[in-house]
Amino acid sequence: MPSYVITEKCDGCKAQDKTACQYICPNDLMALNRDLMKAYNQETEQCWECYNCVKICPQQAIEIRGYQDFNPMGGNIIPMRGTDSIMWTVKFRNGILKRFKFPIRTTPEGSVDPYKGKPEADFANLKKVGFFTTTKPMPTIKK
Amino acid sequence: MEKETCTFSFCAKPAVEEIETDLLLIGGGMACCGSAFEAARWANPKKIKITMVDKAATDRSGAVAMGLSAINTYCGENDPADYVKYVRNDLMGITREDLVYDLGRCVDDSVHLFEEWGLPIWKMGDDGFSLDGFQAKEAGKVMLKDGGKPVRSGKWQIMINGESYKVIVAEAAKKALETNRAATGEKTNHYERVFIVKLYHDAKDPKRVAAAAGFSVRENKIYIFKAKVMVLAAGGAVNVFRPRSTQEGQGRAWYPVWNSGSGYALGMQAGAELTMMENRFVPARFKDGYGPVGAWFLFFKAKATNSLGEDYCTNPEYLAEAKAKYGKYVDVLGTAIRNHLMMKDMKAGKGPILMNTHHAMDAINKSFAEKLGEKEGKKKVKHLEAEAWEDFLDMCIGQAGLWASKNIEPDKTPSEIMPTEPYLLGSHAGCAGFWCCGPEDLGAPEEWNKKWPGGSYNRMSTVPGLFMCGDICGASGHKFSSGSHAEGRIAAKSAIAFMLDHPDYKPTIKETVDQISAELYLPFEVYEKYKTYTTDTSTNPNYIKPKMLQTRLQKIADEYFGGIGTWYMTSKTMLDEGLKQLEMLKEDTTKMAASNLHELMRCWENYHRILSVEAHAQHILFRQESRYPGYYYRGDFDLVDDVNWKCFVNSVYDQEKNTWIVKKVPYVELVK
Repeated sequence: MPSYVITEKCDGCKAQDKTACQYICPNDLMALNRDLMKAYNQETEQCWECYNCVKICPQQAIEIRGYQDFNPMGGNIIPMRGTDSIMWTVKFRNGILKRFKFPIRTTPEGSVDPYKGKPEADFANLKKVGFFTTTKPMPTIKK
Repeated sequence: MEKETCTFSFCAKPAVEEIETDLLLIGGGMACCGSAFEAARWANPKKIKITMVDKAATDRSGAVAMGLSAINTYCGENDPADYVKYVRNDLMGITREDLVYDLGRCVDDSVHLFEEWGLPIWKMGDDGFSLDGFQAKEAGKVMLKDGGKPVRSGKWQIMINGESYKVIVAEAAKKALETNRAATGEKTNHYERVFIVKLYHDAKDPKRVAAAAGFSVRENKIYIFKAKVMVLAAGGAVNVFRPRSTQEGQGRAWYPVWNSGSGYALGMQAGAELTMMENRFVPARFKDGYGPVGAWFLFFKAKATNSLGEDYCTNPEYLAEAKAKYGKYVDVLGTAIRNHLMMKDMKAGKGPILMNTHHAMDAINKSFAEKLGEKEGKKKVKHLEAEAWEDFLDMCIGQAGLWASKNIEPDKTPSEIMPTEPYLLGSHAGCAGFWCCGPEDLGAPEEWNKKWPGGSYNRMSTVPGLFMCGDICGASGHKFSSGSHAEGRIAAKSAIAFMLDHPDYKPTIKETVDQISAELYLPFEVYEKYKTYTTDTSTNPNYIKPKMLQTRLQKIADEYFGGIGTWYMTSKTMLDEGLKQLEMLKEDTTKMAASNLHELMRCWENYHRILSVEAHAQHILFRQESRYPGYYYRGDFDLVDDVNWKCFVNSVYDQEKNTWIVKKVPYVELVK
């Protein structure tokens, strides 16, 4: 399902220092039309439907339309990603609606302190198996 | 054909930034995030500079960009030796057991970190039912590192709420890089949207690599990173064979569509020895949407059958025939063999093959009602239905969309499954990659460690100072996300050791800045030179645009190297013809044309894809047997031949001479 941008909602991320969808797309698909100040997907057949542009858009201007070479029309999926959980609305072609909410993280965004409570690197172990965090002897293959 | 050169007569010269660093991390996925985390801890006290360069935004780059619903490698209570047996069985007997064992004993530490950083991991509730990451926390369930009990969907797999898996892992990596900036005083050490095109050999020591060059996908700027040591983790190769999808659905590749073979191509061009490039993965997945089947098979206990309701994996006629050709490997019913049996039914017209999700849900309904009574049972089933949808919504949203579009409710209707087009990778259920040094303590031959060219450094390739991990460390599949992170850490730690052992090394290259710029920007020069020759820039006899480059590659790979078009069948005669056509395609890459930075990236990505496929074809040609029936067949050697071919196939590509050396390397069993 390639992403598409709803004309009325997209403001080209004027208030931000960079366009959110363009920043996040792992496949460099989102581009900004500078005349219109609107974003668009420049190569829809390379879209993985990862929904990262949909999730990040501050205007909720981006949605996904099913790959038309195998998707019948009418279904869609809308995420609302918060800081600790995500809400999904699944709309079937026949109108059935399903809603789900799932956790996404148990700690506040930006709170990772990677080395807190971890040992310093001990250079005597640099060439031994394991990591700087390894404190117990590592198992080996029993003969 | 006349050779094109770039003299910047037609396209503008880019700005060039030269960066000198100590440890360069190429990639930004799980493996390189692991590298950044491990390396910074060792690097900071010694003021060693680390630089990470990612072609996308690290928060959502690599194979885990969308998220995942499970961590597929967590040993926990299991013995790493059993992990080796499982990987060996699934990969038809041939793996580097030293690398696999090493990964198995190290991987849990990374999973424990993920949980500390905030990844919600399901836990077993006191009533024997699963709790999601939040419920587990509320119920006071302890973390995995403290003995918490995960929800296993299989012996090695644990369930997670993984929508933000990559964001969380990237946060730790970015913070680690930040500590390295503080320690070294460097202003920048994390480059996003810079696509690495090529590695360059050292001017004084031509065996080593001294630099990596790439360009910004956002501005006209070339980056040249000079580094004392490098970790390469730029992913496997996707959309190299003609996909089943016909138009825009091509983006819905099973593996991430942006994995363009850069990991393979960069290492190959540096002269690193490859191993098991004949391996590929052809996953059987939900048709078209390519949604994951693991949870349905393992967690919900669904069965796949043909449309007559028959289980192709128990068909005595198929099994007898397979056993005659492929021997003992049929008994363990690994992934390749299951594909083989499924295709027997498909060819016999007994398709579509169905995943009987409705029967599985029926059975669950009944068992829950019996155990818990009607009311409580229904509540648990509702929770389970949400879990089934989460499986897709976490990691393959398009499959959920396809179900919605086709009015498929899994508790009411079965879904088609189908083998996909082939993929080249080394971290999932495949093992195509580079030949790397292993640990010394596992009883492996000394040629695999102590006698390694350039010294014994775990995960170093045959190019001294160039380390491999994730999808491109070969002959050691089934690492998955957690294993890739752990392997990134192993590689980075060894890289630091290598660097400290070579304190006087200073990287220098013979190529000038202008030469490198001209090489990387050639597709711009070609385009600008010829674009006005025709009235429509898309059709022009003087150049080839990246899209057509990719289409031709996919057609050659599909028709000659055993893609879907021939039911994965190939042979010496077909490979020879395909390689001839591939050679012409490779020649045509000197005339690839880009009208903007996005296309420039696509040009070089497809060049990387072409080299990856060439390695794949060369290896299949050399190995005179069908080691992976169900993934590919040699029609002229349709058997598994353990007498002659239970060995690794290794190769080295010489880019300057455009020649291949391919050879057998003995397999050694370490785990009895």
